[in-house]
Amino acid sequence: MAIIEIENLEKTYRVYQKPEGLGASLKGLWKREYRTVQAVRGVSLKVEAGELVAFLGPNGAGKTTTLKLLSGVIYPTSGTARVMGYIPWERDDRYRRRFALVMGQKNQLWWDLPAQESFRLHQQIYGIDPEAFRRTLGELTELLACGELLGRPVRELSLGERMKMELIAALLHSPEVLFLDEPTIGLDVVAQHNIQQFLKQYQADRKITVLLTSHYMKDVAALCKRVIVIAKGTVQYDGSLTGIIDRFSASKRITVQLAEGQSSLGLDRYGTVVKEELPRVQIQIPRGQVSRVLADLLERYTVDDVAVEDPPLEEAIAGFFAEMAEGQGSSVGSAEGRKR
Amino acid sequence: MSEGVATGWRGRVSAWWTILRIALEERLVYRGDFALGTLMRFLPIITQIFLWWAVFETVPVGADGKSRLVGYGFSDMVAYYLLTMMGRAFSSMPGLATGIARQIRDGEVKKYLVQPIDMLGFLFWARVAHKLAYYSVAAIPFGIVFFLCRGYFERGWPATPYLAAFIASLLMAFVLGFLVEACLGLVGFWMLEISSLLFLYMLFSFFLSGHMFPLDMLPQPIATIVNFLPLKYLAYFPATVFLEKVPIDRLGWELLVQALWTLLFFWLARTMYQRGVQRYSGFGG
Repeated sequence: MAIIEIENLEKTYRVYQKPEGLGASLKGLWKREYRTVQAVRGVSLKVEAGELVAFLGPNGAGKTTTLKLLSGVIYPTSGTARVMGYIPWERDDRYRRRFALVMGQKNQLWWDLPAQESFRLHQQIYGIDPEAFRRTLGELTELLACGELLGRPVRELSLGERMKMELIAALLHSPEVLFLDEPTIGLDVVAQHNIQQFLKQYQADRKITVLLTSHYMKDVAALCKRVIVIAKGTVQYDGSLTGIIDRFSASKRITVQLAEGQSSLGLDRYGTVVKEELPRVQIQIPRGQVSRVLADLLERYTVDDVAVEDPPLEEAIAGFFAEMAEGQGSSVGSAEGRKR
Repeated sequence: MSEGVATGWRGRVSAWWTILRIALEERLVYRGDFALGTLMRFLPIITQIFLWWAVFETVPVGADGKSRLVGYGFSDMVAYYLLTMMGRAFSSMPGLATGIARQIRDGEVKKYLVQPIDMLGFLFWARVAHKLAYYSVAAIPFGIVFFLCRGYFERGWPATPYLAAFIASLLMAFVLGFLVEACLGLVGFWMLEISSLLFLYMLFSFFLSGHMFPLDMLPQPIATIVNFLPLKYLAYFPATVFLEKVPIDRLGWELLVQALWTLLFFWLARTMYQRGVQRYSGFGG
């Protein structure tokens, strides 16, 4: 049975539309115009226990709103959701003891105290048995290699170190479902890698269900087999990471290493030259033309080496996001029309 | 999983105790600022005593050889002022309302929605810790001031029932003060900025709690109206109990009314929190 079930979830906000200028602002004192923002529109999906799922999407796509709905912070406008059989926004204490939400940009530790004090508080809030508390804390600090940080005031920790502490705080009560909103935001490459490795290891050991939003493809590539792309509040794609390329990218990249003395002139007839660092040239061509282009190219040019690759994931996604941002998506257009 | 452990009352009490202990530790981190801040509060005493001294200089001397203002002599006034200071030490909640409003605005309030913990209970125990830390530092200067000014307390210590009522009224003043300011902070669910509202409250509370002057100095009908407000229980009432100005047969009734106001604000804070969270959750989070 699915551990998370979402059906036709919708969330609409009303935002005050502040007009420009002092006169209009004065008018706004008694008559205000509101704009309806549909953060989530008709999202339906199922997540099985033990899955590690990533939500991808441009800013304002509805990823965080979906996580907020699932953790019970906000109510939906319509639709249903069940996590471990609970309706999240009913905020049943039994549910709240079984999941955790970590927001990369929010701090839930006591700023001026060592993290271990916050951990003690969590032990009390979640009613964690002292023995289990000691054991879990020991395991987590070992996995994150951060034992010496526990006694240092949180305000003195670096962003990466603080994130480790946030994760420990969130995992002390051994949640079965973990929601991570941008867990690696603002971290340097090493810290990002450490957090990724930790999450991977922890999830493999405990088989917990993890829903993650991130802008870093590396997070996603390192952690998640399943990816859900959300844009304009709707699910645009639900499947494997590699499938994204097939779905969102219509091109391939050919890198040729030209032989000495061979001119690169005319290579742009096949497609767009992405990079030219002679003797190496990279061309982006339509997906279906790989064999034709290769054959023609090898015939016309003297080539030392050739490689065919998919374009980077970031680019595939960015291209898709840009497309979405232009508001061309037909499903989005109709949803808008329906709601107005 | 975590079910089956102490989650009932025992678990709750244990959680409160931890909040209390941790908040106390947090308080003591900035010990320099904390000690200085505590001591600085004693400065206004001197200016206030001089002010009343100047006022009483202009009041004609009565038959008993003393200047009196609506039944208060100069010593009474100083004693009254010192006692309201003590009342305020229990009932004032610096930073509580702004803290709540900030947590709502910054979204920190999510923490209380996601975790199995009650926001008002959490803040209450953190505030108890703040007060305990404050009293432990302020006890010595308070003691010195009261010792130096002991001459102004012409009646000496009040009788036992008054002393007991004084202590009870101070404790209730703490809870009432907490709840009133919590309600003001919870307005933050509806208004992004509450600083003007808070300023207005501080202004009224300063006068109407009796911190500025004894409320029975007010002319009618203002005195009667103010008498019906809860603010007097934050400073004026405890002070007049200590000075035995409340008739003994009204003591129980007044304490009951204070308790009822406290209950009313408890209900109000709970309701506002519930409605506020509902609005917050509906609006955006």
